[in-house]
Amino acid sequence: MGSLTNTIQAVPLNHYILLSTIIFSIGVMGVLLRRNAIVIFMSVELMLNSVNLLLTAFSVYRGDASGQVFVFFIMALAAAEVAVGLAIIVMIYRNTNSIDINVLNRLKW
Amino acid sequence: MDNYIWLIPVLPLAGFVINGLGRNSLSKNIIGAIGSLLVLAAFGISLATFFQIRSTGASIDVTLFNWISVGSFNISFSFLIDQLSSIMLLIITGVGFLIHLYSIGYMHDDKGFGKFFAYLNLFVFFMLLLVMGSNYVIMFIGWEGVGLCSYLLIGFWYTNPSYADAAKKAFIMNRIGDLGFLLGIFLLASSFNSVAFADIFPKAASAAGVPFTLITLLLFVGAVGKSAQLPLFTWLPDAMAGPTPVSALIHAATMVTAGVYMIARSNILFVLAPTTMHVVAIVGLATAAFAALIAISQTDIKKVLAYSTVSQLGYMFLGLGMGAFTGAFFHVLTHAFFKALLFLGAGSVIHAMGGEQDMRKMGGLKGKIKITFWTMLIGTLAISGIPPFAGFFSKDEILAHTFEISTSFYVIGVITAGLTSFYMFRMMYLTFWGKFRGTHEQEHHVHESPASMTIPLIVLAILSTIGGFIGIPELMGGHHELEHFLAPVFEGSNKLLLEHHPAASTEWLLMGISVGLAVIALIYAYVKYVKNNHVPVADGEERPELVKLSYHKFYVDEIYDTLIRKPLDAVSVFFYRVIELSGIDGFVNGLGKGSIETSKGLRLLQTGNVGFYIFMMVIGIIAILVYSIFKI
Amino acid sequence: MSTFYFIAFLSIFFSILVISAKNPVHSILYLILTFFTFTIHYILMNAQFLAIVNFIVYMGAILVLFLYTLMLINLNKESEPVKPFMVKLAAVFGAGILMVVLVASLKSLGTSQPVVLKNPDLGLVKNLGKVLFNEFLLPFEVSSVLLLSAMVGAVLLATKDTKATI
Repeated sequence: MGSLTNTIQAVPLNHYILLSTIIFSIGVMGVLLRRNAIVIFMSVELMLNSVNLLLTAFSVYRGDASGQVFVFFIMALAAAEVAVGLAIIVMIYRNTNSIDINVLNRLKW
Repeated sequence: MDNYIWLIPVLPLAGFVINGLGRNSLSKNIIGAIGSLLVLAAFGISLATFFQIRSTGASIDVTLFNWISVGSFNISFSFLIDQLSSIMLLIITGVGFLIHLYSIGYMHDDKGFGKFFAYLNLFVFFMLLLVMGSNYVIMFIGWEGVGLCSYLLIGFWYTNPSYADAAKKAFIMNRIGDLGFLLGIFLLASSFNSVAFADIFPKAASAAGVPFTLITLLLFVGAVGKSAQLPLFTWLPDAMAGPTPVSALIHAATMVTAGVYMIARSNILFVLAPTTMHVVAIVGLATAAFAALIAISQTDIKKVLAYSTVSQLGYMFLGLGMGAFTGAFFHVLTHAFFKALLFLGAGSVIHAMGGEQDMRKMGGLKGKIKITFWTMLIGTLAISGIPPFAGFFSKDEILAHTFEISTSFYVIGVITAGLTSFYMFRMMYLTFWGKFRGTHEQEHHVHESPASMTIPLIVLAILSTIGGFIGIPELMGGHHELEHFLAPVFEGSNKLLLEHHPAASTEWLLMGISVGLAVIALIYAYVKYVKNNHVPVADGEERPELVKLSYHKFYVDEIYDTLIRKPLDAVSVFFYRVIELSGIDGFVNGLGKGSIETSKGLRLLQTGNVGFYIFMMVIGIIAILVYSIFKI
Repeated sequence: MSTFYFIAFLSIFFSILVISAKNPVHSILYLILTFFTFTIHYILMNAQFLAIVNFIVYMGAILVLFLYTLMLINLNKESEPVKPFMVKLAAVFGAGILMVVLVASLKSLGTSQPVVLKNPDLGLVKNLGKVLFNEFLLPFEVSSVLLLSAMVGAVLLATKDTKATI
């Protein structure tokens, strides 16, 4: 463990930010590209996790534990969100027999 | 005594409130009694004040409360009673009381009896405020107030559209003048940092950098509107639409002389602006001559008197312009007596004729309404300047003053005096001499007016006879009491004006000329209208060109109509059609339509495609980020 | 140091596979792998508590929930219609521009100091627990209410509305 942690010490903070940005953008791309509601949901999870990673990196960088506590809260929130979101998807599937988000164009004028 | 000054205006105000509230519930006798007696009480206090000032020679300045206070600029609600305003108070309350008394008889059968007395009392209140105010702002309150009452009383019989129009005309014409007056006050306030007479006048002579000419011209515009001078005189003849007592009180004796009072009050300012003095004199003279020319062909008895009022007011302004402040004010005083008398007499004639005002339908009334005839004859003699009646002294003083300064002005003035004599006697002859020209019913109806109407006539006739004796010039062995009495008011101006003392022989000659002209005109009128029984032709018939011009009042109304009203109408129509309808309305409606159309278009973006929404959201986030990066 | 870059490469690689896999089940499996690399990142930063929570809650609970839902719905592979090419292009462009912009804003930040673990005990359970139950006690309790309400909501949504049909 000690040797592992020592290796990290040379990584610049910017690289962590860059990694998070890339993963976040991939998440955005997934949301835009896919029409399957569950995959879109997963992309959202991807975005959330990239932020988690960044928060942890900042927390370590500044030596402040609050960042990690926040990550913990985000995980709790994500759990709640997934529970409700998947319930909604199940409801949609039950009513429309599809989880294509284009079926939801009843939001139209 | 000073503690009771405030009662003078408050008493008529109380009358207004009581009569106004009780106009339907109180009986006519009570309303008439309240209205008249309160004015009489005010007259009593004014008389006491007058004698106090006469004995002590000091003016009374009473501050009721501090009204407006902005920084170092203060306007207090205060009254100033000096020699000038004490005489005005006597005229207003004295003549006012007589006219109230007269109205009890004259208006007895009118439905609006209570309303009439309420308005009349309100008018007296505002007029008193006008003359008692110790600063220009209080004066302006009164000035506006009398304008309002004039409007209300001209349009008293408002169910007749032409009367209502006359009222509006008077109000609007006054408004033009009031604007000038108001601007003048503003200019005074900014120049002297005060509007109080006591602050301005003593400083005026030594003040530097004050635009006196502009200030006085603006004040004069106010006077022109209120006192019906050229070019704003046309409202006064139309104002005869009101009941006759109103014409007598407001449009002859008091309100229209407010302009003269105001200029006499601000005499020092005018003396410091010689240009304005010239303008005042020219306007006054032109008005006097112009109105006299119109008056000689009018057929309505009240119109003749109205134009004669305009003409006499012109004389007053001529006197003011020539620096004869005492003379002008003397004329205000005597004019109040004889013109009120003439109007009330005309009212009595109209009353006797059952509402007929056209002189062509009168005639031969001499023997039937004796009191009216004799009192009116005295009034006519007074206005024509026949000695020893009141008008002679005052008019002669103005003319004598004019002669000293400009001979040409004097010539026009004296000819106008002859014209005055002519048209007044023409009116008398047409009304009282000759044969009766009306219908049989009217002939039976003719009767002398009740005592409440004849008593004021007699009192005013006495005043018109002896009123001039307070100003007998020294030449005739008098003391000119009025001049001595008023001297403190005009002290500052008289120092600046050059003293003229014409030779005694010249003065006698001038008097002779004016009296001679008046008598010649009198005789000419007698020959034309009594001996030859000439009667002005009916409306439809042809007249000689000059008479036609005069009869149609030189088409002044028509000229104003073409020059001012029609272009204004055209501009209004243009603004309504183009600017309002297509410009402003178009813009507002366009905005509404535009947003509706835009939203109809934008609505199509709401496809319900969630992917598209998200895409747009991402684009938005990118835009915000780009903005914040490049901003930083 | 090279460990970090290797894991970072794996993270990006798997996350791209997540969004590009045709079969949703494969997507979920790739997502599990992605999260696994995240766990390794946490361990590299000695955030042991987070690593464990990430491992158990995300991979163990949430992703299993995904899988479970997917099986419940029982989608065919080809059920997802293909989007038009232009839309795909627009999506890729949008996300790409977003990334470029984010990176650009990162450049303007200008910080590039190495992440140094000043306090090796920072991410340990003992240390985090102290912070969590001292400073963040109230949010912690509130989050329990959030989870409870989410549970109630999920149950309410997923049950068939029997009353409405009657």
